[in-house]
Amino acid sequence: MAEVEYRGVSRRFGEIQALHDLDLLVADGEFLILVGPSGCGKSTALRLLAGLDKPTSGEILIAGQPVTRLGPGERDIAMVFQNYALYPHMSVFANLAYGLRQRRTPRAEIQRRVRETAVLLDIDGLLDRKPGQLSGGQRQRVAMGRAMVRRPQAFLLDEPLSNLDAKLRTQVRGDLKRLHLELPVTSIYVTHDQVEAMTLGDRICVMSNGEVQQLGTTDDIYNRPANTFVAGFMGSPPMNLVAGEVRGGVVRVAGAALADFSSPDAPVTVGFRPEDLRIVGPLETDSVPVRIDVCEPLGSHVLVHALVDGSGAESSPTKVIAQAPPGTTYDPGARVGLTVAPGKTFVFDAETGRAAPPPTRERIATA
Amino acid sequence: MSTATSSVEPGSATRGWRLPFSPWHLVLVPLTFVLVVPMLWMVATSLQTQGEANRFPPVLLPHDPRIANYADAWHTAPFGTFFLNSTLVALVVVASNLVVCSLTGYAFARVRFLGRKALFMALMATLMVPFQVTMIPVFLIVKWFGDNVSPYLGINHLGALMLPNLATAFGIFFLRQFFQTVPVELEEAARVDGSSRLGVLFKIVLPLSMPAMSTLAALTILTSWNDFLWPLIVITSTDQMTVPLGLSYFQGAHQTNWPLLMAGNVMSLVPMLVVFLLAQRYFVQSVAGTGLKG
Repeated sequence: MAEVEYRGVSRRFGEIQALHDLDLLVADGEFLILVGPSGCGKSTALRLLAGLDKPTSGEILIAGQPVTRLGPGERDIAMVFQNYALYPHMSVFANLAYGLRQRRTPRAEIQRRVRETAVLLDIDGLLDRKPGQLSGGQRQRVAMGRAMVRRPQAFLLDEPLSNLDAKLRTQVRGDLKRLHLELPVTSIYVTHDQVEAMTLGDRICVMSNGEVQQLGTTDDIYNRPANTFVAGFMGSPPMNLVAGEVRGGVVRVAGAALADFSSPDAPVTVGFRPEDLRIVGPLETDSVPVRIDVCEPLGSHVLVHALVDGSGAESSPTKVIAQAPPGTTYDPGARVGLTVAPGKTFVFDAETGRAAPPPTRERIATA
Repeated sequence: MSTATSSVEPGSATRGWRLPFSPWHLVLVPLTFVLVVPMLWMVATSLQTQGEANRFPPVLLPHDPRIANYADAWHTAPFGTFFLNSTLVALVVVASNLVVCSLTGYAFARVRFLGRKALFMALMATLMVPFQVTMIPVFLIVKWFGDNVSPYLGINHLGALMLPNLATAFGIFFLRQFFQTVPVELEEAARVDGSSRLGVLFKIVLPLSMPAMSTLAALTILTSWNDFLWPLIVITSTDQMTVPLGLSYFQGAHQTNWPLLMAGNVMSLVPMLVVFLLAQRYFVQSVAGTGLKG
């Protein structure tokens, strides 16, 4: 167990800047999630830490020791690969024991540790099998076991659940969380799935274009997004982002006053989450006038897709999604209004996309 | 039940007349015939008397199969020595090819170094140069080795048969292509697990490349065993001759003893047949993909 630190780490592949000046400190025993769309640099960051790739500039430290010049085998870290990368010609036992054998661990110790790990992961009945004879979930657990059996300084997990079916993924996600509570080893977990990110991580690092967009807890990321990228990426469905303006200390979208906001008049981007919206009659005061597009019933609730009237060009009006109680139905094209729950309006700079300065956030927090 | 039968019958009726075999067989069967006839003729001739062998039109089935031709052939020439020489050369060449080509092929497949691409292109270019072009330079090089390094490597020694074939461009190319198909994550996993580059090659890549390695071994043995031109150039003394060269014993300037020559040929084929049967099961399947997701 150890803390892991990136100091100004950059990686460039020819013309492409995959990672730009990453500064990140992962505390001892922390479970940190790197999340972002594909090509955002999250996997590059992980591979640099594993030693499978070398940074163009910057320094990586594990337990306070610079490791940038060490090979992957000398860093005392373990990695779980997206496709598991189990050695196909070896039994499950040999797969688990491989790393220990490479480190010349005594035979009895290898036996003990492999059995112990296998029992913990419930794969002790599979030790004589080859990876080809295992199911997807079993392979995933063997891959986890191969990392855990070494008792490394840190675990690196590269989208370890993405090859499982939806049901198994939910189950393994819970198992992972429990495992981390039992064995709090520093873990860095790469995913593009924001549900995994929000449920598993102590902290989440949202990345885009090789840069950190926001670093914080699930609560920070969800309730205090630092910019429109984070707001639009996290959440399912994500936050609605609509062009609006601040005029006379009030945030307005399509003429509707949504919240008080003390800042100079300016165009802004206004955000609100689907679950904070209420659908009201079209003539209700201070409601955003919209036209219904489609309704998606999901059992527990209905997602109502709508188009904001008078926003953007007539040909491409801004889309918003509202979460409505089960049983809600509207005809496509019907005109309704949307109101935002008090204190749930987010304001972002229209040009930079950055969240509005603190006064608003305090206002939101106290509301 | 009744619906099932009634739905089948109209289907088969509309299909009309069909060949009772795949149309490909119309091509493949004659081709097989073309390939097999010389072999059968060789075996047949090896059992004939010299009179029968020289008759025209040729006799395909010997009147009275003469097994003794084999014993005669074996005794007429020092075949024991020829076989020993051929085996020795083949084993050394195969062993060296497997070691050198796998190391070089792996470097070309996975290790990033300056000039890798250019070097590989140069190597590939040598595949396009026919042996007849390089024959004389190679002869001079081998002669130089014999004069300056060790006489055992020089002209008229078995070493001269081994030295130019210790590694082949084809072998390097062949293994490189196969190594590139081994999932790179397996190698990365092994490196994170603490293996060195060579450790990865020997413990992960080579065990997964058995089909390619055994194919290369079989092809190398075959080439080495059948090689005639190069031994003909560098070997003159009988005790250093290989089997193909030794077979020319039966081919005089004025007369050829066909039955004995064919008996010798059949004998020289047997080891290759064994090699092929042993290596065959590796040709068929590769297991390299089974550790990854389904």
